[in-house]
Amino acid sequence: MNKGLPKWADIILIPFLSLMLAFLVSGLVVMFIGKDPIEAVKVMVSGALGKYGIGYTLYYTTSFIFTGLSVAIAFHARMFNIGGEGQAGIGGVGVAAVLLSVAWPHWTIAIIAASLGAMAFGAAWAAIPAYLQAKRGSHIVITTIMFNWIGSALIVYLLVGPMQAPGMVPETLGFSAGSSIPTLHDIIPAFDKHAPANVSLFLALFAAFGVWVLIWKTRLGYEIRAFGHSEKAAIYAGIKPVKIIMVAMLVSGALAGMMAVNTVQGEAERLILDTVQGAGFVGIAVALMGRSHPVGVVLAAFLFGILYQGGGELSFAMGIPREMIVVIQALVIMFVGSLENMVRIPVERMFVRFNKGAA
Amino acid sequence: MDFDTILQLLDSAVRLSTPLLLACLAGLYSERSGIFDIGLEGKMLAGAFAAGAMSAYAGMPVAEGGLGMTWGMAWMGAAAAIAVSIVLALIHGFASITLRGNQLISGVAVNFFAAGSTVLIGQYWFHSGGQTPALSGNQRFEAITLPFAEALDSVPVLGPIYHDLISGHNILVYMAIGAVPLTWWLLFRTRFGLRLRAVGENPGAVDTAGISVVRQRYSAVLIAGLLCGLAGAYLSLGTSAAGFVKDMSAGKGFIALAALIFAKWQPKSALFACLLFGFLEAVGNRYQSIDLGAFVVPVQFMQALPYILTVVILAGFIGKAIPPAAGGEPYVKER
Amino acid sequence: MTVETQTQGRSETAAPVAPAIELIGVSKSFGPVQANKDIDMNVAKGAIHGIVGENGAGKSTLMSILYGFYKADAGEIKINGVTTEITDSHAAIAAGIGMVHQHFMLVEPFTVLENVIMGAEDGPLLRPSLNKARKVLMELAAEYELDVDPDAIVGDLSVGFQQRVEILKALYREADILILDEPTGVLTPAEADHLFRILENLKSQGKTIVLITHKLREIMAVTDTVSVMRRGKMTATVKTSETSASELADLMVGRHVLLEVDKSDAEPGETILEVKNLCVTDFQGVKKLKDVSLQLKAGEILGVAGVAGNGQSDLLNILGGIEAADSGEVIMKVDSIDLSKKASAAMRRERGIGHVPEDRHALGLVMAFQTWENAVFGYHNNPEFSGKFGLADQKVMMEDTKRKIEKYDIRPTNPHLLAQNYSGGNQQKIVIAREIENNPDVLLVGQPTRGVDIGAIEFIHKQIVALRDEGKAVLLVSVELEEILALSDRIVVMFDGVIQGERMPKETNEQELGMLMAGVDPEASA
Repeated sequence: MNKGLPKWADIILIPFLSLMLAFLVSGLVVMFIGKDPIEAVKVMVSGALGKYGIGYTLYYTTSFIFTGLSVAIAFHARMFNIGGEGQAGIGGVGVAAVLLSVAWPHWTIAIIAASLGAMAFGAAWAAIPAYLQAKRGSHIVITTIMFNWIGSALIVYLLVGPMQAPGMVPETLGFSAGSSIPTLHDIIPAFDKHAPANVSLFLALFAAFGVWVLIWKTRLGYEIRAFGHSEKAAIYAGIKPVKIIMVAMLVSGALAGMMAVNTVQGEAERLILDTVQGAGFVGIAVALMGRSHPVGVVLAAFLFGILYQGGGELSFAMGIPREMIVVIQALVIMFVGSLENMVRIPVERMFVRFNKGAA
Repeated sequence: MDFDTILQLLDSAVRLSTPLLLACLAGLYSERSGIFDIGLEGKMLAGAFAAGAMSAYAGMPVAEGGLGMTWGMAWMGAAAAIAVSIVLALIHGFASITLRGNQLISGVAVNFFAAGSTVLIGQYWFHSGGQTPALSGNQRFEAITLPFAEALDSVPVLGPIYHDLISGHNILVYMAIGAVPLTWWLLFRTRFGLRLRAVGENPGAVDTAGISVVRQRYSAVLIAGLLCGLAGAYLSLGTSAAGFVKDMSAGKGFIALAALIFAKWQPKSALFACLLFGFLEAVGNRYQSIDLGAFVVPVQFMQALPYILTVVILAGFIGKAIPPAAGGEPYVKER
Repeated sequence: MTVETQTQGRSETAAPVAPAIELIGVSKSFGPVQANKDIDMNVAKGAIHGIVGENGAGKSTLMSILYGFYKADAGEIKINGVTTEITDSHAAIAAGIGMVHQHFMLVEPFTVLENVIMGAEDGPLLRPSLNKARKVLMELAAEYELDVDPDAIVGDLSVGFQQRVEILKALYREADILILDEPTGVLTPAEADHLFRILENLKSQGKTIVLITHKLREIMAVTDTVSVMRRGKMTATVKTSETSASELADLMVGRHVLLEVDKSDAEPGETILEVKNLCVTDFQGVKKLKDVSLQLKAGEILGVAGVAGNGQSDLLNILGGIEAADSGEVIMKVDSIDLSKKASAAMRRERGIGHVPEDRHALGLVMAFQTWENAVFGYHNNPEFSGKFGLADQKVMMEDTKRKIEKYDIRPTNPHLLAQNYSGGNQQKIVIAREIENNPDVLLVGQPTRGVDIGAIEFIHKQIVALRDEGKAVLLVSVELEEILALSDRIVVMFDGVIQGERMPKETNEQELGMLMAGVDPEASA
């Protein structure tokens, strides 16, 4: 299919050109609302990477690594898990349930327990759509969308009902002091004191490494990739589709759930409404841009971290609403995802012509 | 619950189901032609913004830089909504039909683009956090009192039903309901509908019959754009919001999608699915919880019920929902 | 979509009638593969013309050109003596050509009437078209024995009836030329006979029919003239009355220089695999295997000859654990093997059954995988490849791959190359190496040399024979008679889901096998 197209062109050149197109159109949007795009880039970069901003950038990055990995691993099994939003939200319930159940003596134990809770709840929220896809052929995209909405209703119910702290605010009690995890400032004082980035960043990087091992180094990952490339060939090789769909989706849900360790345990320190804030969907953009490879996902997550933090600076310094980020995100998904052939087809033609010329 | 309360609930169910119905029918055209559309939400939202902005602009005095119109502003708004929604639909069509890209990813992108750009441009134009100016009078679609509504109000039972429930909605409500038989007729009684349904089931058969698959699919996507535009116009010009508010579609596009599946891609069932989901929303708006004696149903359950029902239908436990066979698949001539 | 019309003299009564179809020098290639080379063909008006040839001879491509699905690279098409440019299906329909595709082009949830009128509606509203079609269908049914319930949902009809709908579609569009691509492949014998009666009726009404098939019996039974295609070329056109099935078989397979495979006589041992009364039905409800029984002995190569689609693939897939059987039993050594849906290909491999699948692109290889990944595909859970904690021992896999690359002369020798970047021959060598090196007791081999260059063919054949000489059993499925004859120690021929006959290679020849493959019993017709 992509004969004649070298690997580097496929994994670097095409996403890069698509990304440039997305940024170009974003620049046009900035110009349309009467602002200077060059200036906007400067503001974003300096705002996101400065001493104060970097702590926020890395906080966003942490969440996006988790959700990006979640989408990526499902992509490897040719599943489109659009339910990261709900899985991350329910993951937050898991974190809260674990952290509120016991007064944890030390954050190291608390973070392990919270991670297990987050993964279990996130995976559970992916389990039903996965099962329905595997056994009954229900389209996973639709079921996971539905589960996002069911999940958000469930969280509201819990926060105004069974899990609500005394009072009118829809939130749980604050977690005990023993479960408060160190921020990056606590470790490296150079980071701003108020920045929310915390040790779960290392968990995210570890998860990226773990996904890399799973996908590229284990036999299970091998089966997931084989299934994703060709279901027919996988069956020929004795790989069971039901198993692969379930495993890939459970891992995907668990990773999305892990995001809550960063936001719920690391930042809010209680369960509040809307902890996910679209990060589940950012994961789609991150996975697309990162070509579903953990290294690509980490880099793309950092880029989106910059966009999110820098986007905040934009409204502060230039009066460009934060929603500019959402527009950029949309354009990235569009150009890197659905409009990819717009770049791919000409690039392929170019290489074919080039190869012919060389031969 | 007395008769008046029931009437009020049903009345608000009709109002709440109107945008659902328009978006649901939009999805029906698109998906019947084989193009999945999870971008209903975004098209509706963009339409709502365009309608609010255009209507405000049209009604603004010339001295303030507006058009100074005194009538027809709402229709100007609706036209703008349709135009903007169609542009998004064409982007989706270009990605899905011409470039044979991933239709789901394209839909996600359309949703985000609408969510971000409406606030961005709204803030730039109107400087009030993405809102458009409050609309009044015939900048909005006003309620229409049907003939004899007042006169018949005193007739027991039927009078109030006619007066409160059937009469007194704006034109878009009647258009949405009228669109149901029209869609049915178009799909099942015309050449256009025959070809549209065929292209979603087996594009190869359409192609070998000498009909352009691309043209059929684009026309379906365009109709989807038109209807989503109207749904959006209803949100900003036909409800008490009286203008565009950030994220005002609030997941209605996804409920419409759920209704479409729940209705198994049938126009008549779509009407009932949307009315049901609208009714659930109306009940949820009115009551915080429903005491059934044995247990209390929380309002959130009511809000989640459309999605839960859709999953149950998708799982095939109650009558399997079978989507158009070629849905989501780009058409490639086979060797 | 243009239908060019050249000036044409008003034909006088005495003038000879122009042929319905005239092809002049039509050529078409797909990349490096030349599917049609310089084809000339004439089909007289009102005739039933057969086109025969083996799989891949180029028949379907030629007809797709005639129906506007592909554009020919060169050549000219004349319809009724008029040069016609057929750029798409619309143009073909306008030129009076109708086609019944091998895979029906029907909209299953639609009624028969809706399918018939689609694309040929009379106006924007359906009702007048439906009414008219109902009437026309009644007439056609009476005229040609083409009765179908006009209001039936097509998806509910049997394949035989669906095919009638396809024919009705063409006739409703007033097609004068009807092309049928392998029309009997999915039909029962009774349905096929009915189809032939319909074709005779159509012919008597002056329609021209082109029948593409590989079944010689049908050609002999219904056609007036027949063209033979081989390897993209039209090798002969003859009157059916002046030829015989055996002559056509000869023309079809050609006089190949027999590939010499250097092999000694087989020394068959004990029966290692016994297949008893195997039956399977596909998702369309067509019976693909009907009580198939055979025995495979250690140290022999059993060749299964047959035209594609006569059940060989299902046999391979069931034995390979990809497909479940309806009924029947397969005994390997002493124990029977699981033929239910619960079985998997992994279980077959554990039992010592290797499988070189017919379609290496779709099944045998993951095209986006590197060689080392493909070289262990299906055996990746073997103990030697398993590291701790579910890891794959990639070092061992890589060494194993390198050994296979060297032993099987796979080129390029880079173990990181993606499968899609190898030639067909080297792709197949990866599959063969993997399956043989795992030392199976039974090796299932499907189309081992399809799309493979001559050098690799010889190499692959040698490997298969060497495996046999080690005392292993080989079940070889191939549509290449030449290959079957060169490799097999014993041959069975499959036709329409049954074993049509068994021959020893030294006591038979291509003609006899060709006739068995076509469903003709040579002893009865001789």
